[in-house]
Amino acid sequence: MAGNRNKGNPGLMGWIDDRFPATAMWEDHLSKYYAPKNFNFWYFFGSLALLVLVNQILTGIWLTMSFNPSAEGAFASVEYIMRDVEYGWLLRYMHSTGASAFFVVVYLHMFRGMMYGSYKAPRELIWIFGMAIYLALMAEAFMGYLLPWGQMSYWGAQVIISLFTAIPGIGPDLAQWVRGDFLISGITLNRFFALHVIALPIVLLALVVLHIIALHEVGSNNPDGNDIKKHKDENGIPLDGIPFHPYYTLKDIVGVAVFLFVFCAIIFYAPTMGGYFIEAPNFEPANPLKTPAHIAPVWYFTPFYAMLRAITFPMFGLDAKFWGVVVMGAAIAILFVLPWLDKSPVRSMRYKGWISKVFLLLFAISFVILGVLGALPSTPGRTALAQLCTAIYFLYFILMPWYTKFESTKPVPERVTG
Amino acid sequence: MKKQLIALILALVPFTALAAGGGNVHLDKMEPDLYDKASLQNGAKMFVNYCMGCHSAQFQRFARTAEDLGIPQDVIEENLIFSSSLKYNDQMRIAMQKEDAAVWFGAAPPDLSLEARLRGADWIYTYLRSFYVDESRPWGVNNTVFPDVGMPNVLASLQGIQEKVCDPNHHVAEVDPLTGNQVGESCLKITKEGAMSKAEFDKAVYDLTNFLVYAGEPSKLESNRIAPWVLGFIVILFFFAYLLKKEYWRDIH
Repeated sequence: MAGNRNKGNPGLMGWIDDRFPATAMWEDHLSKYYAPKNFNFWYFFGSLALLVLVNQILTGIWLTMSFNPSAEGAFASVEYIMRDVEYGWLLRYMHSTGASAFFVVVYLHMFRGMMYGSYKAPRELIWIFGMAIYLALMAEAFMGYLLPWGQMSYWGAQVIISLFTAIPGIGPDLAQWVRGDFLISGITLNRFFALHVIALPIVLLALVVLHIIALHEVGSNNPDGNDIKKHKDENGIPLDGIPFHPYYTLKDIVGVAVFLFVFCAIIFYAPTMGGYFIEAPNFEPANPLKTPAHIAPVWYFTPFYAMLRAITFPMFGLDAKFWGVVVMGAAIAILFVLPWLDKSPVRSMRYKGWISKVFLLLFAISFVILGVLGALPSTPGRTALAQLCTAIYFLYFILMPWYTKFESTKPVPERVTG
Repeated sequence: MKKQLIALILALVPFTALAAGGGNVHLDKMEPDLYDKASLQNGAKMFVNYCMGCHSAQFQRFARTAEDLGIPQDVIEENLIFSSSLKYNDQMRIAMQKEDAAVWFGAAPPDLSLEARLRGADWIYTYLRSFYVDESRPWGVNNTVFPDVGMPNVLASLQGIQEKVCDPNHHVAEVDPLTGNQVGESCLKITKEGAMSKAEFDKAVYDLTNFLVYAGEPSKLESNRIAPWVLGFIVILFFFAYLLKKEYWRDIH
């Protein structure tokens, strides 16, 4: 790491470098961090996730200045932000659209990792930190959605928190402990506000730092899944590597511009995205006495919600709701152990066999179908489809140790192919 | 990369194709026009005169309405603010107490600031034109869009008396494939003319709905105004960012 590099230089930077490894850090993480030169379209989403994180934190700070975290005042304060605060509507829509954008880029970023085997040794910890970020992000989004105190905020939280009651024995008490009340109330709103604006953002930022430190320790994977550090020039620089700055910083700005165009078009012209980013019932204040006809979570949770509803039968003396919660939890938990399920000698889908390709494709299609089903009211036909897709989702992981081990793979090129 | 982009776009199509919920009743299409100031002004007048006896718009200010709709302050103060306790900068509140209203109507009339965002323009436009005579109801009227609603037909003096001549659940009305509106025989018939003809009344309800759409999201005007500038800036940014990237990457093979 830093060591004695850049010590004893003249000038202001020299003065700083003698006391703090500013130049060394700049070099380690940007100007002398060598990334493979063959990053494609899928590699934009990491930097975009960082951009959205910054957007959420900045707009969040300004929203906090005018938001009133009480059951009596929350709904009205959101409308106050929308109408009376200068550019409050823009801050609010940047924040609400940012939440959905965060999940869009994170899902694509995760899919990239699965496609090119970025989770495989030596990058298991990067994957685990990333999964922890995803988990924290889901908690952050869930708690943030309660804050506007609309009907869907209230009943969405009611449905999800009531899932705790499915745990045998301690369930009902646990749910009450989470709510801080016998039902969702201002007390719940206040604690969710505290967790949403302080606790989880700190956790998220810390995890992002860990994710990036772990990445820069072992170096980035690439679409070929080979190791660029195997072929270095006389100065120890990977032949297929290029400095992250200026090459990828400049390339990422192009990606940022494309992203911002779509992001801003949604903010200005379709901030509710037809009810998928902001659900229509949320324009009615929370009413504990009036249950909406159809309660659907926001789109980024719908795949897991569909899995929850797909379990309609009791097993081993425990009711269906309990197993639904187990399946939903397992669907996320199993992603954590992905690095140890993949026994393939190659990383990238480019060189894996056709079984792996088919399974990844089926997995992705199932996930999207589950997402659509989770947003719709259930019918017997839809439940059957959700059960099928849930089975495919899990088979992708459960069968992975076998199909990755026995399928024949193609030889991985020594150098990157572009 | 192109193939992947197309695959990505196709993957997102099902999400946009789904419309979020809705009842089974046919709703007439209503295309709001936030730039038709005359319509919005008439809608504001309709709202204050026919709705604000019972319904507030507690998040919308008189002053904001005046500025956005181009109504001079003195005109607003003279014609739209009826209560002496309300000032130009106040929100469009009402004097009726929720507790009293709940006793009188069975349920307190909801605040209408966000009604258009909650139910949609089509719903409001159709609902207000779908009252019919039903002597079994407390106010002598019922509604095909909102059955057994507790609200009287406050626009009856304009619309006239409307009666239900068949069951709309079993009546298949002809629908214009271009506009999506019902044409031909409807199940609701005007049996006694009001102060307005059918076309005049439809226009008045259109204006009122238009105003409620505006009041649901007054920032839409500002949003539409700055959007092209922001998007234009991003296009220019993209152009220069792309050229700069290309220049730097010239030597990378």
